[in-house]
Amino acid sequence: MSSKDQLAVKNLHVGFQNKKSFTKIIDGINFSVKKGETLCIVGESGCGKSLTSLSIMGLLPKTGKVSEGEILFDGQDLTGLNEKQMSKIRGNEISMIFQEPMTSLNPVHKIGWQISESIVLHQKLSKKQAEEKAIDMLKLVGIPSPDKRIHQYPHELSGGMRQRVMIAMALSCNPKLLIADEPTTALDVTIQAQILELMNKLKTELHMSIIMITHDLGVVSEIADKVLVMYAGKVVEYSDVKTLFANPQHPYTQGLIESIPKLNEEQDELPIIKGSVPSPDEMPKGCRFSTRCPYATNACFNEVPPMISGEAGHQVHCWKYTECWEIVEKEGLIDAGMRETAAASQLIGS
Amino acid sequence: MQACEKQQPQVSLLEVRSLKKYFPVGKPGLFSREKQEVKAVDDISFSVKKGETLGIVGESGCGKSTMGRAILQLQAPTGGEVLFEGQDISKLSKKEIRDLRKDIQIIFQDPFGSLNQRMTVGAMLSEIVHVHKIVPKEKELNYVQKLLQDVGLRAEHYWRYPHEFSGGQRQRISIARALAVRPKLIICDEAVSALDVSVQAQVLNLLQKLKQKYQLTYIFISHDLSVVKHISDRVGVMYLGKMVELADKHEMYSNPQHPYTKALFSAIPDVSSQAKKERVVLKGDVPSPLDIPSGCRFHSRCPLATDKCKAEAPEFRDLNRVHKAACHYV
Amino acid sequence: MAQLQEATIKEVKVQSPRATMYMGMLKRFLQNKLAVVAGFFIVLLIGSALFAPAVAPYDPGAQDYTKIMNSPSAEHWMGTDEIGRDIFSRVIFGARVSLQAGLISVAIALGVGIPVGLIAGYYRGFLDEIIMRITDALLSFPSLVLALALAAVLGAGLENAMIAIGIVLTPNFIRLVRAEVLAHREREYVEAAKASGLRDWRVILVHIFPNTLAPMMVQATLAIASAIISEASLSYLGLGTQPPTPSWGAMLSAGQGYLADAPWIAIAPGIFIFLTVISINLFGDGVRDMLDPKLK
Repeated sequence: MSSKDQLAVKNLHVGFQNKKSFTKIIDGINFSVKKGETLCIVGESGCGKSLTSLSIMGLLPKTGKVSEGEILFDGQDLTGLNEKQMSKIRGNEISMIFQEPMTSLNPVHKIGWQISESIVLHQKLSKKQAEEKAIDMLKLVGIPSPDKRIHQYPHELSGGMRQRVMIAMALSCNPKLLIADEPTTALDVTIQAQILELMNKLKTELHMSIIMITHDLGVVSEIADKVLVMYAGKVVEYSDVKTLFANPQHPYTQGLIESIPKLNEEQDELPIIKGSVPSPDEMPKGCRFSTRCPYATNACFNEVPPMISGEAGHQVHCWKYTECWEIVEKEGLIDAGMRETAAASQLIGS
Repeated sequence: MQACEKQQPQVSLLEVRSLKKYFPVGKPGLFSREKQEVKAVDDISFSVKKGETLGIVGESGCGKSTMGRAILQLQAPTGGEVLFEGQDISKLSKKEIRDLRKDIQIIFQDPFGSLNQRMTVGAMLSEIVHVHKIVPKEKELNYVQKLLQDVGLRAEHYWRYPHEFSGGQRQRISIARALAVRPKLIICDEAVSALDVSVQAQVLNLLQKLKQKYQLTYIFISHDLSVVKHISDRVGVMYLGKMVELADKHEMYSNPQHPYTKALFSAIPDVSSQAKKERVVLKGDVPSPLDIPSGCRFHSRCPLATDKCKAEAPEFRDLNRVHKAACHYV
Repeated sequence: MAQLQEATIKEVKVQSPRATMYMGMLKRFLQNKLAVVAGFFIVLLIGSALFAPAVAPYDPGAQDYTKIMNSPSAEHWMGTDEIGRDIFSRVIFGARVSLQAGLISVAIALGVGIPVGLIAGYYRGFLDEIIMRITDALLSFPSLVLALALAAVLGAGLENAMIAIGIVLTPNFIRLVRAEVLAHREREYVEAAKASGLRDWRVILVHIFPNTLAPMMVQATLAIASAIISEASLSYLGLGTQPPTPSWGAMLSAGQGYLADAPWIAIAPGIFIFLTVISINLFGDGVRDMLDPKLK
């Protein structure tokens, strides 16, 4: 991992501990975000994308636990920090915005107060200075007459305005990394377009890194530099955004893109991914997508696929792109030698 | 009104004429008699032909869901007529409305909230079949299990509770519930919006298949323009309680006329087109339905608005045989 | 394909799913150890109340002036009271009155409160306004004062005391049921039930009512406790059970005067009230979980 990485997640395992057992949700994921880069984590509900962001923020629910791996922020491992050290980083160097702008704002406080609170806390400014900063922030996110707005309560604002306030709050301490968890899902398309435009503008102006969690490939195409596709707690594909849409490799990514109804073509029937995500206790031993994959062989069910890397950092976790695929497909078997050649395979055609 | 009459020769299953649904806001208190109203649906007219799918798009608060419920008489309309097979159903008695439910059904958005958590799937479906006497009692079990198989579930799911199913499966149960009475018209209110993309595609295909098999007619309400395009034959666009544009699908998507429709289309992030298109980003938010702008309701956000738009509400008029819009400048 | 479908249907029928469902419910209940113990205690209590003459070692009214305020011993398990009566026997006989007072007055309150609350919450409107104002009026009185007034109007005696207590408890249930109905009536599953063409009573009873059961169960068990205490207060004031018929409440208030010298007089019925209330509560939780299909 190079020094330009703002955040590097290495072999992260996260799960929930209850009385009897540990249910692993995220199973060994790796990724990194460079300074000034936007990474989108895409996947369907239950794939672990939100849990990933909560792990980075150190905001896992009580029963949640990082059981293995590192989260390196500016080279410092966040998983080893205690609550006090973490709270210094959270809100200051790493900020987060959530899906539901109504419930993420406190309804009994004025929005000016809510923004300046964290400024006072982290930047040791006076109340007066903090309020001025709050007005500046609201201006930055495109809220009209911000000097009046700071005296309003959250319910007096529309959904889009509230999400702007949330962004202003998140940006008020000049974070190096912004984590946005489905920030436009609750908004209408015309408002979503406004927010995405704002985020793209802010990214270039403030030169910060963004991790955007979303299920919407349309949003990904608007905002991402790099894309991480997750399925059932594992990374299946990692690529820059252009390559991903032009040349998706993993059968899951392909299925996902194909199953969106297209605006510019006629389809009688939508291509689908059959079945549904297996529950944690019936997860296949090998490739987790094998139960729904049109290409799956016996080998796929039993053997975890290797990571195949292609040009420009394109990574796919799939047996289909290994050199021994033809044999695997025919025999449905994988031996030790094949495992080795598979690990050395290069992705062709990307 | 004229427009409606023009379409009379074609067989329309449902005809909506100047449908209105107003909600009083705040109880008129003991001392204040001032009454405020939210005009959720305000003077909407259209018709749905037998066997077609009419898509209705619009942003939250535009009144599209309220319109669906008003057609279904789940919420009594404030004004206007709803003709189903030629009969005005907006003035029926309670009993007649219950019988009407056999013909018009609805599928809701929330696959978690729209099923009673305390009833097995079978009990829920059998109840409906039983109440409407769809089949003789001894055939009920068999009928319901066939129904479950029709929507892609298994017969033994009859004895399961809703919480044992995934979101997509629950939506299939909702579809089975709507199908149970053998309806002619189904209103799908954001029926696939809460589902993951891959599951959404499965459910959309299922709806298409069922439409063929049972000769259904759909009114498909959604905020998702690409989904609506995929499933509809004609599409209507709503803004703040009004229908602003209504056209044949191909006409609508290739040649949108109303400035709102244009903005809406350009706002959709599209995966398939890599070239970044010219975007009309609308200024500001949808106005509150309590405080509806004068004249054309869209003028406060419209890039083309003039003084005429502020003063005068445009008529919803025919542009050509398959295209209607409400704008002074189209 | 059609054959295949027939086959699956037949195969499933054999399982007799209704029976397995009840077995599952029973299993779920038995898993909750506390609820099982509580249920056992309640059965024991009701049993001994029914067969009190056989269970109690002494006549609850028999006074023995040689054994005034004796502390618990092998002879008198819970000691004797200020006029030498065996407290254990009185507790057993007292269970008859107290359980009746608790269960029947809460049953009255539920019997009135549930339908009224369901109707008020479902139909809203003018009727709801009137019902709510009446409950507000009833709730504005201190409950004991209201019970006293009602009991005084109805006349002394256990039956009338139970009716009075039932009436006092009713507004709480009306409010609770109404609030639950309000929360559920706008939910999509209720709308869906209406859209299926079901009659109002079906929507209310089959769809809404079962979903309001859980909070009601909690409220009902708490109400049983307060009914037992209220009955005691009324008895103390001469409007409930008439002496010498023992009731836990009456014993508790009589024992108050001797707390320093003979605490067991008050402690014995106190413990029984406590155990009964907590058992009913735990049992209620168990039943609630048993009925909740989401728990397995």
